[in-house]
Amino acid sequence: MRSERLKAAILPMSLLIVLEIWARSVDIHSDALAPPSAVVLALFQAFGDGSILAATRDTLASAFAGLAVGGAIGLFLGIALGIFQPLDRLMEVTIESLRPIPSIALLPIALIALGFGYRMEIVIVAFACVWPILILSRAAVRSIEPRLIEVSRALRLSPGDRISKIIIPAALPRIFLAFRLAAGIALIVAVTVEIAINPIGLGAGIMIAQQALRPDLMLAYLLWIGLIGYALNAGLLAAQQHLFGPAALAGEVR
Amino acid sequence: MNWTLTLWRLASFAVAAGLIALWQLIANLKLASPVFLPGPDRAWAALMRGFSNGTLLEKTIGTLEHMFYGWLVASVVGIALGAMIGSSRAMRSYVAPSLEFLRPLPVSAIIPVAIALFGLTQGMALFVIAFGAIWPMLLATVHGFGAVEPRLYEVARSLHMSRLAVIFKIALPSASPDIISGMRLSLTVSLILAVVCEILAGLDGLGHWVLLSARAFRSPDLFAGVILLGAIGYVTALAMSLVEQRLLRWRTSGH
Repeated sequence: MRSERLKAAILPMSLLIVLEIWARSVDIHSDALAPPSAVVLALFQAFGDGSILAATRDTLASAFAGLAVGGAIGLFLGIALGIFQPLDRLMEVTIESLRPIPSIALLPIALIALGFGYRMEIVIVAFACVWPILILSRAAVRSIEPRLIEVSRALRLSPGDRISKIIIPAALPRIFLAFRLAAGIALIVAVTVEIAINPIGLGAGIMIAQQALRPDLMLAYLLWIGLIGYALNAGLLAAQQHLFGPAALAGEVR
Repeated sequence: MNWTLTLWRLASFAVAAGLIALWQLIANLKLASPVFLPGPDRAWAALMRGFSNGTLLEKTIGTLEHMFYGWLVASVVGIALGAMIGSSRAMRSYVAPSLEFLRPLPVSAIIPVAIALFGLTQGMALFVIAFGAIWPMLLATVHGFGAVEPRLYEVARSLHMSRLAVIFKIALPSASPDIISGMRLSLTVSLILAVVCEILAGLDGLGHWVLLSARAFRSPDLFAGVILLGAIGYVTALAMSLVEQRLLRWRTSGH
């Protein structure tokens, strides 16, 4: 196990060392590259003056707000469409024609309707998050063991009770998986919106660093965005395993 | 059975038409400002006008070109690299963890680096789209090669097949479902990145068009552009799933 970890570390480590030596030896003046040590230094400086923390807060706040809004809409629709088959069939054309619109295409509409700032970003993230959660929770509700539904009928549960006591608990592992995937999408969309146009958050920070010709700071932002993406994914994966056991991961589509 | 299906489909179209009528009603009653919500009639008129004088067609082709070239480069490089990494156990244990580490990186964060390297050019867009679209295919190929039934490799060894023959005759066909689903995912990614690059670099395409329309408050043109982008997403996904069905027919046709 330890030797596997060691092997995994060899490639990035040697790349970093080569880059460092090369950058130091030719004393590069590039707009795109900087020695790794300078990047780490810039990252610490950005932490020191708090700029990267504020940017992280803005990005994560918009991403999670969008995930919450989009997730709630997607979950509601997904459960409703999963339970009532006729409704699902009636909405099919509408959903299939809205779904392929790339979320980023809504950016100009959100821009003139809401202006720059959190609200516009949250709307776009929410639009992007609705679809995976809708599709996966609909599939999750449909794949519930039919006997559970029969039990709920035999117990004469009210429709509200049937949803909250039978359907949601039974579909929960797959709904959580949907949320995990959507959280990754939310972060990606939030950063993309900021890079494209919105002057807040990490995406704007990295664009400003690029325009200020500070490759060290730009790569520090890139490193930090990568770390956040990795930590979010790893954290949610661990939570999923902890909450639902390894079985929840078994049927995962890759 | 077929009858009821057609009826449901018709009803579903009727619901969509009803929603468009509702949109028209909202626009007519000016419940939302016409500055950012044109009625479907005006959006449709803008779409038709744009096609009749050729501008929208030109922009659509521009976006499709950006998307397609980036995706093509990513497919070729991604599958080749994936085959190289996936077909050797040593490469898998040395390189695959680094790839897994890079996977959750929001790919659009590479855009500033690409701008610093290439400037606001077509080359920048090509690099960004290819870089973004490569991950699903690369990882799917590595994973697909790793998941090949081990006995097939044993057969190959006893037949003294060369490494290239193993890749083309055994590993690639058996990894193809993974690879094709990766290619489909990449198509979506490349459309999104094409739009972002056009917005940022002002390259000729629908992304630039919708941004300009928004800046000039020409909302019907803006909606026409968004509708076209949705259509591109829909048509490319449809084409990909048709290709998938055709290429993977051997899997379902019982062997």
